Amino acid sequence: MLNKQGRPTGNEAAANAGNTGFQSYTGAKGLDQPELLIYEIGNTNHTGVDLPEVEDFETRLGGLERDQEIGLAGLSEPEAMRHYTRLSRKNYAIDMGLYPLGSCTMKHNPRLNEKVARFAGLSDIHPLQPISTVQGALDVIDTLAHWLKTLTGMPAVTMSPKAGAHGELCGLMAIRAALAAKGDERSIVLTPESAHGTNPATAALCGYKVKAIPATTEGRVDLEAMKEALGPDVAAIMVTNPNTCGLFEREILEMADAVHAVGGYFYCDGANFNAIVGKVRPGDLGVDAMHINLHKTFSTPHGGGGPGAGPVVLSEALAPFAPIPYVLAGDDAFDIVEHDVEGGQSFGRMTAFHGQMGMFTRALAYMMSHGSDGLARVAEDSVLNANYVLASLKDVMSASFDGPCMHEALFDDRFLKDTGVSTLDFAKAMIDEGYHPMTMYFPLVVHGAMLIEPTESESKQSVDQFIGMMRHLVKAAKDGELERFSGAPYNAPLKRLDETAAARDPILRWQAPE
Amino acid sequence: MTIYYSEDHEWVNVTDKTGTVGISEYAQKALGDIVFVELPEVGDEFSKGDEVAVVESVKAASEIYSLVSGEITEVNGELETNASLVNSSAEEDGWFFKIEISDDSELDDLMDADGYKKFIAGLE
Repeated sequence: MLNKQGRPTGNEAAANAGNTGFQSYTGAKGLDQPELLIYEIGNTNHTGVDLPEVEDFETRLGGLERDQEIGLAGLSEPEAMRHYTRLSRKNYAIDMGLYPLGSCTMKHNPRLNEKVARFAGLSDIHPLQPISTVQGALDVIDTLAHWLKTLTGMPAVTMSPKAGAHGELCGLMAIRAALAAKGDERSIVLTPESAHGTNPATAALCGYKVKAIPATTEGRVDLEAMKEALGPDVAAIMVTNPNTCGLFEREILEMADAVHAVGGYFYCDGANFNAIVGKVRPGDLGVDAMHINLHKTFSTPHGGGGPGAGPVVLSEALAPFAPIPYVLAGDDAFDIVEHDVEGGQSFGRMTAFHGQMGMFTRALAYMMSHGSDGLARVAEDSVLNANYVLASLKDVMSASFDGPCMHEALFDDRFLKDTGVSTLDFAKAMIDEGYHPMTMYFPLVVHGAMLIEPTESESKQSVDQFIGMMRHLVKAAKDGELERFSGAPYNAPLKRLDETAAARDPILRWQAPE
Repeated sequence: MTIYYSEDHEWVNVTDKTGTVGISEYAQKALGDIVFVELPEVGDEFSKGDEVAVVESVKAASEIYSLVSGEITEVNGELETNASLVNSSAEEDGWFFKIEISDDSELDDLMDADGYKKFIAGLE
């Protein structure tokens, strides 16, 4: 006999439901669930675990016992788990879509890296273990160091800096130590106008005065202006190549020669190494120090997804001043050198231990799975993708500079003139389209900058979708759909935030709801 | 009482030897919503060109350089709790500090109100 009790499966059922736009009891919109702060979910009178009451307890804290409740909410494990999982669903991640944040190289983090990083011999170890028991880990560090030196054409590398800016600090401290060793203390560091903000900040932290070098109308460092600013008091120049306009500094050899001629050093910011890895060796450009963001070029997770790592390659001139500790490959075994050799010139120690081990294993896994030929393809494809974006958008958006770009495409806000839409509004409207916005208002050398870096991870289909979305928004802006931009985002978990109120009247501590 | 302007969009209003200093209407508009002003302390001495204050908006942080040499005699404490005063009244209530001018001739490098008006017209 025919069973007529089963559930309906066709569209007919959905069509008959016909109920739209109602307010749900929970506030959820289907799988999009609202989330309270963790303090508001739990209750300070509850505990997530059942422990037996302690009887006959005698304190040994000698009067230092806490005399008030600690005030933390007690949550059960599933409550805590669900809280963070729900929050993570409101976040944007490279695992969800194209992440065009210029100068950040938000590329895919291959799962092979994660597998390797979880090998027990590499993850379940401690920096204070006997050296004989971590030979494999030291081998990883040494092999990675070898790859970094080979790819950059530099004779030495220090692995301990924990991020890009930390690497800059390491490089400038080595430069300062090298100058001090010659009795030639200097006071000025030159940075181009388009520099990452960390460059002048690092120089200032090292006690140097910072002088900005203007850019040419082509978006590159003004070599003549740099030569004029160079003198016997200049300790170093800090130059990013390719620069933050996404352009290769063609006169980099002349810059290196000019700073060396006055006895200064050349610090290269390696943030944009992804564009030239396997193609150009910074050592051949006259660089004295350069940090390498393993979390950009070499695909380790970052931006809320994990820590950075910023090893610094050093020239022959700076190598003696590198910080401790470092790995030494002996004939039979690896060792960690914790103290400088007698009469050594190391400027000291930057970190307690030996850098970000978890990032080292991931970066090396990435390098070895690509091979040197594969890494060159990374650079090629990242430049190809960026130029595809540039070529596909420059008829409707305003490209800041003529000609092709490297790994990122720079636009300014001239195309939005008279639309009433700002770069900020445009970026917010991208959130409604399901994208993380590009880098905006940086670099400072163009007005209302939009810096787009698709990276090599994206397929043509993915980049086409992004381009289509951008063209659609440009058309909407030019057609006068102002509201769509001025109030955006509309579809995000939180609407447009009041940045002014947040800065003027910040609430820095959780307050219980009334 | 004479008002002078600099190319960095600061103004100084001079009465006898005392100059009242702030940022121009043009500057407050360019900076956008101002959220914080860091002021010098009364008694601090500055030379012309020294960094004397910092103004921070939602867009950017900018240093204020001293237009003249001298000693700070008064600061606008109102700005510490209400930085938005600079937005609503940049050239009057939103003044930053008063300085005892040690060298009048330093004012010669500055523009008068008409000169500044022409200067900003040239920027647009």
